[in-house]
Amino acid sequence: MKPLHLIPDDVNVPFLKFRKIFYIVSLVMVLASVGLFFTKGLNFGIDFRGGILVEIKTDGPANIGALRDNLGSLGLGDVSIQEFGEPDDVLIQLQRQDGDEKAQMTALAQVTDALGDSVTIRRSELVGPKVGDELKEAGIYSVVISLLLIMVYIWFRFEWQFAVASVIALLHDVLITIGFFVITGVQFDLATLAAILTVAGYSINDTVVVFDRIREYLRKFRKMELTDLLDLSINSTLSRTTMTSFTTLLALIALFAFGGEAIRGFTMALIFGIVVGTYSSICVASPLLVVLRLKRKIPEGEEGQEANA
Amino acid sequence: MLYFTKWKAALVLLVCALGVVYAAPNFLPKDVLPTESSLLPSKQVNLGLDLRGGSHMLLEVDTDSVVRERYDALADSIRSELRQAQIRNRPREATLQGAEVTVLKAEDAEKARELVRNIEPNTVMSGEGNNIIVSYNEVAMKELIDRALSQSVEVVRRRVDELGTTEPSIQRQGTNRIVVQVPGLDDPSRLRAILGRTAKMNFHLVNGQKTAADARSSGLPPGTMILPSADEGDKAAGIREYLIDRRIVVSGDNLVDSQPTFNEGRPVVSFRFDAAGGARFGDVTSKSAGRSLAIVLDGEVISAPRINEPILGGSGIITGQFSVQEANDLALLLRAGALPAPMQILEERSVGPGLGQDSVEAGEIAAVLGLVFVIAFMVISYGRFGIYADIALMMNLILVLAVMSVLQATLTLPGIAGIVLTVGMAVDANVLIFERIREERRNGRTIINAIDAGYRSAMSTILDANITTLIAALVLFSFGSGPIKGFAVTLAIGIITSMFSAIWLTRLLIAVWIKRRRPNELVL
Repeated sequence: MKPLHLIPDDVNVPFLKFRKIFYIVSLVMVLASVGLFFTKGLNFGIDFRGGILVEIKTDGPANIGALRDNLGSLGLGDVSIQEFGEPDDVLIQLQRQDGDEKAQMTALAQVTDALGDSVTIRRSELVGPKVGDELKEAGIYSVVISLLLIMVYIWFRFEWQFAVASVIALLHDVLITIGFFVITGVQFDLATLAAILTVAGYSINDTVVVFDRIREYLRKFRKMELTDLLDLSINSTLSRTTMTSFTTLLALIALFAFGGEAIRGFTMALIFGIVVGTYSSICVASPLLVVLRLKRKIPEGEEGQEANA
Repeated sequence: MLYFTKWKAALVLLVCALGVVYAAPNFLPKDVLPTESSLLPSKQVNLGLDLRGGSHMLLEVDTDSVVRERYDALADSIRSELRQAQIRNRPREATLQGAEVTVLKAEDAEKARELVRNIEPNTVMSGEGNNIIVSYNEVAMKELIDRALSQSVEVVRRRVDELGTTEPSIQRQGTNRIVVQVPGLDDPSRLRAILGRTAKMNFHLVNGQKTAADARSSGLPPGTMILPSADEGDKAAGIREYLIDRRIVVSGDNLVDSQPTFNEGRPVVSFRFDAAGGARFGDVTSKSAGRSLAIVLDGEVISAPRINEPILGGSGIITGQFSVQEANDLALLLRAGALPAPMQILEERSVGPGLGQDSVEAGEIAAVLGLVFVIAFMVISYGRFGIYADIALMMNLILVLAVMSVLQATLTLPGIAGIVLTVGMAVDANVLIFERIREERRNGRTIINAIDAGYRSAMSTILDANITTLIAALVLFSFGSGPIKGFAVTLAIGIITSMFSAIWLTRLLIAVWIKRRRPNELVL
C-alpha cells in the first residue's frame, strides 16, 4: 500500500507572489484583534478578576430561571448562571465583591446557603482581590518573559532578520488568538493563558523549521533569487508543516470533544492558535524576510561547519 | 549512522525497560502494589486536587497584628520600667513603627532615654523631645514574623489533622502565606470554618460596678473594655455588650484539652487547664464568687456564667447556644490552640470527588482517542515507518508516566491536556525525519544514505523546535499556579522524553529492520 502523501511531492505554490495579500489579511486581523481588545475587551474569568465560581449538579435538568431569581435576590451584584456541558450541570459565577477578602467569603457562604441541600456542589472557587491582581501580574510577566526568552534563543541561533520575522509571526499568532477570545467571548482564565503560551511555543517551532530550511538553501543555492528560494523552502517543508499541525489537531479535537467542559476553552485556544500558527509560519514569517532584506552573505566559519550537514 | 553499537542499542532498550517498570504501578490496583520499602517501584502518579477532589486554600497571616501586639507589650514593659524610676508617662496608640511612650516632664526625657535604651536586645530608639519610640531592628522583626508564621503553620496543621483526612499538605509560602491542600474533602465549608478563626480564648471577669450601657454613657472605668456578646441567649435577654476587666484571668494558652459533650441535653464544650491554669482558675473562682466570668473568644463574649462556687478541679464547661457542629468545631479549635494572628482566606479552590472522577474519565477517553487518531494517521501516512513512530509514541507516553511517577509530579486536568498535546507534537520529530528521508530519496540517494541524511539533517531542527516549546513550558512552570503547573510539567517531560523515543528508538527499530531485511525498496 502506498502511504498517503497529504501534500503532493512536487508541490510548488508560489506563496511569495501572494505575499501582499497575506500581509493585508494578517494586518487586518491583527488590527481588528487589538482594536476589539481595547474596545470590547476580554471576558476575564475569576482567576484574573477575582470573584466566585460554583459549579453545581442538580437533580434532573436545572431550572436556570429559578436559580437566577434565587441567587439574584441575594444582592451580590451580577450573577452569571449558565448550563455547563450537561442540562443538570450549572456554572454560577459572581463578580468580585466590594470590600476585602472577607466579603468574598461571606458571599460564597450566602450562595451555598441559598442553593441548599437539593443540589450537589461539584466545584467552588473563590479568588480574592489580592490574588486576582497577583495572578494577572504573573500572567503578564509569564507572557512577556517567554516571548523575550524565545526571541533571545532565535536571535542566538539565527541572523537578526530571522529573529525579528519569527517574533512578528509569534506576536501575530498571539494577538489573533486573543482576538478570537474577544470575538467569541469565551472566558479568559489561567488555563487559556497557558494555552496561549503553548501556541507561542508551537508557532515559533513551526517557523523555526521553515527558517532552518531557508538557511540551508541559502548556502546551497547561492545564485537563486531570494523570493524563489523562500518559495522553495516553504514548499519543501510544506508537507511536514501540515502533517504536524494535522496530528496535533487530531489529538486536540479528541480533547475538545471528550475532554470535558472544564478544559474546552483551553482546547479551543490551542486549536485556533495552531491553525493561525501554521498559516503564519507559511504565509507571514518567511515572506517577511524579504521585507527585512535578508542578506545572502553567510559568515565563513558557519558555512564550513554546516555545509556538510 | 544507522549502525548501532551493542551497548548503545542496549542502553536504548534499558531506558525503555526502566520506563515500563516504573510506569507499571499506575496500571495496577493499589492493593497489589509492592510496599514502599520493597525494591520494586511502587509509586503511582500523584493526582492533583482537581482530579482526586479536595480543597486548596491560600491563607494570609495578618503579620501587622503580630507586630502591633508585640509593640503593645513592649510599650507596657517600657512603662513599668519608667514607673519604677518614678518617671511619669503616658502611652500612645500602638503602631507598626514602634512602641511609643510620652514622658510628661521634659526634664525626665534624658533619663528615660537612658533607661529605655537597652530595654531589649535588637531594638532601636528614636523619637524627639518627650516622645520615645522603640522599634525592633530588621533581624528581630524578621524573626518575629518568622516565628508567627511557623506557629500559624503548626496550628493550622493541628486543626486540619483533626478533620481526619489523609495526606493534607500545609506549606508556608513567602513571608506571610500558608497553602493548605486537603485531598478528598467533601465539605470545604467545614475547612473554611475552622481556618477562618483565630480561636484566641481568654477568661476575664465581668466588671461588677457598671453595666456596659452605663459605661457607654458615663465613660469607661480604668482597666475595662466593652466587648460584644455572641451568645444568642444573651441577645434574647436584651444583653448586647459586656463591660469586662481588661486583665486576663486565665488565658487559653493554659488549656490542655477540650471536648464536645452534652449538658442537660444541650451541646456544650468541656475544657481542662494545665496545672498552672487550673490553680489560677481555682483561685479566681474562690475569690470572686458571685461575679460573672466572661469567656471571650476572638473579641466576643461567648458566654458569661455567674461563679457560684470555686472550681478547683481545673476543668469546666462552656455553655452557649451551640449546635452540635459548632460545639465540635469550638472544641477542635480550642484543642488545636489559637493562631498567633488572624488569618484571611485569599483564595479557595475546591473540587468535589464526583467532578474529579468525571474529569479523569473524560481525560482518559480524550487521551485514548487522540492516541488512536494519531496512530492511525501515522500508519496511513508513513506505512512501516509510521508503525515505528507509533511504537515510539507509545513508549513516550510510558516514559512520561514513569518520569512523573518517579518524580512524584502532580497530574492535573490541564496536565492531561498537556499529555494529549504531547501525543500530537511528539510525532513531529518523526514527521520531520521521515519527510526529510522522502526528500533525500527523491534526490536520488540510496535507502541507507537517505535514512542517514534524514536523521542527521533533521536533528538541529528538532532541537530548535523543541527548545522553544520547552522555554514556554518552563516559564509556565515558574509562574503558573496549581493546575497550570501540572500542564507545564507534562508538556516539559513529554518534550524531553519524545526526543529520546522519536529519535533513538525509531532509529534503532529502523536499523534492526534494515539489518534483517536488507530492503532494496523503501515505501515511504
